[in-house]
Amino acid sequence: MIHFVILISRQGKVRLTKWYSPYQQKERSTVIRELSGLILSRGPKLCNFVEWKGYKVVYRRYASLYFCMCIDPDDNELEILEIIHHFVEILDRYFGSVCELDLIFNFHKAYYILDEILIAGELQESSKKAVARLIAAQDSLVETAKEEAGSISNMISQAI
Amino acid sequence: MEQLKTIGRELAMGSQGGGWTGQSKEFLDLVKSIGEARSKAEEDRIILREIDSLRRRIAEPDVPRRRMKEYIIRLVYAEMLGHDASFGYIHAVKMTHDDSLSLKRTGYLAVTLFLSDDHDLIILIVNTIQKDLRSDNYLIVCTALTAACKLINEETIPAVLPQVVDLLAHPKEAVRKKAVMALHRFYQRSPASVSHLISNFRKRLCDNDPGVMGATLFPLFDLITADVNSYKDLVISFVSILKQVAERRLPKAYDYHQMPAPFIQIKLLKILALLGSGDKQASGHIYNVLGDIFRKCESSSNIGNAVLYECICCVSSIYPNAKVLDAAAESTSKFLKSDSHNLKYMGIDALGRLIKINPDIAEEHQLAVIDCLEDPDDTLKRKTFELLYKMTKSTNVEVIVDRMIDYMISINDNHYKTEIASRCVELAEQFAPSNQWFIQTMNKVFEHAGDLLNVRVAHNLMRLIAEGFGEDDEGADSQLRSSAVNSYLRILGEPKLPSLFLQVICWVLGEYGTADGKYSASYIIGKLCDVTEAHLCNDTVKAYSISAIMKICAFEITAGRNVEMLPECQSLIDELSASHSTDLQQRAYELQALLCLDSQAVESVMPLDASCEDIEFDGNLSFLNSFVQQSIEKGARPYIPESERSGTFSVSNYNSQYQHEASSHTLRFEAYELPKPSPTPATPQISVSTRTTDLVPVPETTYYYTENNQASKLPPVSDASSADHGIKLHLDGVQKKWGRPTYSSSSSSTSSEKKTNGVTRIDGVSSPSRGTLYDSKGQQSEVSAEKQKLAASLFGASAGKTEKKLASTQRAPKATTATAERPGVTRAVSPEISKQKAASSPPPDLLDLGEPITTTTPTIDPFEQLEGLIGPTPGPSTLDNSVTTSEQKAPDLMTLYTDTPPSSNSSISSALGDIHSSDKNSQMAKNVPSIKKGPNPQDSLQKDATARHVGVTPTGNNPNLFRDLLG
Repeated sequence: MIHFVILISRQGKVRLTKWYSPYQQKERSTVIRELSGLILSRGPKLCNFVEWKGYKVVYRRYASLYFCMCIDPDDNELEILEIIHHFVEILDRYFGSVCELDLIFNFHKAYYILDEILIAGELQESSKKAVARLIAAQDSLVETAKEEAGSISNMISQAI
Repeated sequence: MEQLKTIGRELAMGSQGGGWTGQSKEFLDLVKSIGEARSKAEEDRIILREIDSLRRRIAEPDVPRRRMKEYIIRLVYAEMLGHDASFGYIHAVKMTHDDSLSLKRTGYLAVTLFLSDDHDLIILIVNTIQKDLRSDNYLIVCTALTAACKLINEETIPAVLPQVVDLLAHPKEAVRKKAVMALHRFYQRSPASVSHLISNFRKRLCDNDPGVMGATLFPLFDLITADVNSYKDLVISFVSILKQVAERRLPKAYDYHQMPAPFIQIKLLKILALLGSGDKQASGHIYNVLGDIFRKCESSSNIGNAVLYECICCVSSIYPNAKVLDAAAESTSKFLKSDSHNLKYMGIDALGRLIKINPDIAEEHQLAVIDCLEDPDDTLKRKTFELLYKMTKSTNVEVIVDRMIDYMISINDNHYKTEIASRCVELAEQFAPSNQWFIQTMNKVFEHAGDLLNVRVAHNLMRLIAEGFGEDDEGADSQLRSSAVNSYLRILGEPKLPSLFLQVICWVLGEYGTADGKYSASYIIGKLCDVTEAHLCNDTVKAYSISAIMKICAFEITAGRNVEMLPECQSLIDELSASHSTDLQQRAYELQALLCLDSQAVESVMPLDASCEDIEFDGNLSFLNSFVQQSIEKGARPYIPESERSGTFSVSNYNSQYQHEASSHTLRFEAYELPKPSPTPATPQISVSTRTTDLVPVPETTYYYTENNQASKLPPVSDASSADHGIKLHLDGVQKKWGRPTYSSSSSSTSSEKKTNGVTRIDGVSSPSRGTLYDSKGQQSEVSAEKQKLAASLFGASAGKTEKKLASTQRAPKATTATAERPGVTRAVSPEISKQKAASSPPPDLLDLGEPITTTTPTIDPFEQLEGLIGPTPGPSTLDNSVTTSEQKAPDLMTLYTDTPPSSNSSISSALGDIHSSDKNSQMAKNVPSIKKGPNPQDSLQKDATARHVGVTPTGNNPNLFRDLLG
C-alpha cells in the first residue's frame, strides 16, 4: 500500500502532497523535511529507493521535480517506480508536455488526476485511456457549467 | 452588481489564458510569490498573511460561490505547505452540498485533503455522500465514492454500505470499479462490516471490464492474506486470468510500455504466491504460467523487470519446482549483473528469497554480493546486509557480524542503527563460535549503540553471562565471566559509555569482579565508584553501581576478609543517602546496614554467585507463623482482614482476590517510579528478594533516542574503536583479514572486478591507481585473492571454484586497460564502449559526453527566439541574465531519467533525448530533430508565453519550471 505521495522540487519546495495513511499536520512537516533531506542529496546513479523508518520510499526525478511514494517493506519497488511514471504520463497527456509550472498552478487538477489513479493507496486504474476519459468527462461537465454561468453574466452585463 | 462584474472578468481571464484558467490574479500572485520565496521563513510569512486574509474574507456574508471555490483551493494550498487552515474546513464541507459538479468536486477534494476519518465534521458529510451516491449523474457518484474511500470510518460504514453495494451493478464501469475499491477500504477499516459481501468480490472478478477485475484483486488479496484456505478454489481462475493477460487478451489500453497489463499481472502473481505457499497441489497449477511469463517477459524494460521480480517472489513462496526455480535464479543473476543500482537492489532481495529454498544459488553470485556490500549507495548496502543476515551460519557469523558492526558504527540513522544492532545481537546469541568472541561482540554493540537497544537485550546478556551457554562445563562458564570482567575493566577507561552498557558492566563486576581472585575488592570498588562519577551516569546506573559495591563487600565479609572503606566509596554512600531518589537512598542505607552485620548473616543475605537461583516468594509470610502464634498465646489480638473489619464483605475468596488486586495495583504504581524494594524486615529471606530488583528493568526506557548524545559522541567513538582493535580484541586472524587498510590497496582490483560483474562504479579511490594497472597484476591477484577469501568466508565456497573465478576475473582488466588512458570524463563510459555490450550505459554517463554541446549554446538568448515564434509579446529583456544562469546550471540538472532501464538500442535515443530535453528553448534554436514523443513545441511556447504574461519567470532559483517533465 502507498502511504503517501509527495512531489518536491529540487529546492525542497512542496508541490503536491497526498496522504493515504493518517498523519497529523506536524508529522507531515517532519516527514517532508526528513525525506527531502534524504532524497535530494542522493546522487544520480544510486538506487531510486530509500529505506526510511521501516518503510521504503521510492522516488523518481523528472526535470527538477521529485515524485516520491512511501510504501510498505514488502511492496514491489519497481512496480511503484512505474506507477509514478504512469502518473506522469497521464499528467503529460492531460496538460500537453507537462512542466513543473503546470503542477504549481493547477495542483488541484493534479489532485483530481491522482484520485483517478490511486484510491486509498492502491492503484485503481492502469489504463491511461480510462483515466483520460473520466477526467475529460468531468472537465466537460465543468466547462458546460462555466459556459452557462458565462452567458448569464453576459446577459446581466448587457442588461446593465 | 460589482460582484457579478468580477465574475465576468474572471471568466474572461480564464478563457483567454492558455494554461492556467480559472484562477484570479490574486491566486496567481500568491503562487508566484511562494515560488520566488528564498527561504522557508519567507514562505511561511507569505502563507500566514494569506491565511489571515482568507480567514477574514471567507467569513464575509454572501461570498459568491465561484469565489468561495477559489478560497477553498487557496486553503488547500496553505494546508499543503504545512499550515493550519482548520478555520476553513466547515466551508469546504458546505461546498460539498453544492449542486454544481465543479463546486462539489472542489468541496470533496478539499474535504478529503483536510479531514482525517475521525474528524468531527465527518458526520456532516455522510448525509451528502449518501445523497450523491444515489445521483443520476455517474460523475457525481464517482466523486462521492472517491470521497467515501477517504472519509467513511468504522462507525459510518453502515450508513453508506447498502448504496455502495448497489453500485457494484452500476452500468458504468468506472462506478463499479470505485465501488469495489470503496468496499476494499471498508474491509480494511473494519473487516466485520463487509464480511457478508465476500461473494460480491468473487462475482466482480468475472466483470467484463478489466479495470473492475483489476480492482477486485485488491480486496481479494487482503481476504486471501487473512484466510488462505477458503480461496483455494480460485487458484485455477487466477491462473487462467493471468494466462489470458500474459497472452495479450486484454484491450490494448491496458498495455504499459508494450507489456500486457503488467500491474494486473503483478497483483495476480502476489495472490498466487499466497495461494501456492506450502501447497503442492495449488502450486502445480501455477508452474506453467510462471514459466510462460519468465519466457515472455522482456528484461529490457523496467516494468518487465518488475513483473520478473514478482515472479521470483512467487517462485520462492510456492512449493518449489526445479524448472521455475532455475528460471528465477537466471533472472536473479541478470538483475545482479545489471548496471542499474535498482536492479541490483532487486537482485539482492530476490537472492535473499531464493536462498531460503536453495542456499547454493548464492554461491554463483558471491562477488556481486560483495560488490554491493562495498557500494557507496547506502540503500544497496543495507539490502545486502539484510541478505547476509538471512544467510548467516555458524561458519560465517564472525565475518558477517564484524562487517555489520563496522557499518553500524559508521552511520547516524538511529532507526537503522537500532535495527542492525539488534540483528547483531541476535546473530551473536544464535551462532557465537566462542564465549570470548561473544563477549567482545556484545561489547562493541553496546559501546556504539547501547542507548538504542532494548533493555531486554542487556538483561539477556547478563543472564547469559550468569548462566553460561547451557553447557555443564563450569570451567568454561567461569572463563566466560572472567573474560567479561577483564574486558569491562578495560572498557571502563573509555570517556563515554551508554548507560545501558554501564548497567551491564556494574552488574557483572558486582557478581563476578572478585570471583577469580585476580582483582582485589578495593580495586573493583574503586572502579565502580568511578562509574558513578562519569557524567553520563544516571540514577539507574548509580543504583546498579551501589548494588554491585554492596555485593562485593558482602562477598568479602563472607570470605572473612576485612573490608576497608575507600574514601571515594564512603563519599558515594554519603551522597546517595542524601539523594532525591528514594531508591538510591534505600540502597545506600542497605549497604551501610550490611557492613555492620556479621559474616553469617551477610552470607545468607548475599550468597555467592546465586543470581541464577530461583527465589521463592512466600506471599503468606508463613515464616512469621511461629511469631504470630507466640504473640497470640501471649494475648495479642488476632489479625482481622480489612474487609471483615469494615463488615461489608466477609467472603474469604473475595478477600484473596482483593489482596491480589491490591498487590497488582502497587506493582503498576511502581512502574512509573524507580523500583522501591518492599520494606525490609530484618528477616533474611526478604532482603534476598530485594536483590532481584537488580534484574528488574528500572525505568521503562526502551528505545529512547538521544540524538544529541549520539551525534556528539560519534567522533571519539570511532577513534576509540580503531584503537580498540589492537588492544582489546583477540579475534585470531579475523581482524587482520578485514582490517581497514586493505580497502585502499585493493582499489585497483575492485574496480577491475567490478567490470567483470557488469558493474561500473565511480569512486575516487580507483582513479589514482589506474596508471599502475599494468604492473600491478601481481598485487592485484593477491588482493583479489583477499576478496575471494571474503567470498569464501561468507559463502563457504570450495577452493576449486574460487580459483576458477579468479582466473576469469583476471582476464577482464586487460580489455579495459586499453581505454583506461582516456581523460577523466569518459572514464565511466569506457568499459561499456570497449565491451561493445548490448546493454547501454545509463544516461548520466552519456550526459557527460553531451556536456560540451549544451554548454556552448547559451550565447543566443532562447527567449528572444521564442518571442519571434509566437509573435509580439511584452517580453521583458531583463530575463537574459536569469536565463543564462539557468543554462549554465543546466548540465547537472539534466538527468531526466536517472534510471532509464538499459535497453539494446536506447543508448542513442536516450542520449539524444537528453540533449533534446536539456533545454526546450535552446533546442528550438538548434533545430535538433525530435526523435521521441517529445514535447510539442507550440504547446510549450504557448505555455511559456502565458506564464510570462502572468509574470512568472524562471529565476535562478528554479530555472526548470518550464521544463517538460517527460523530456
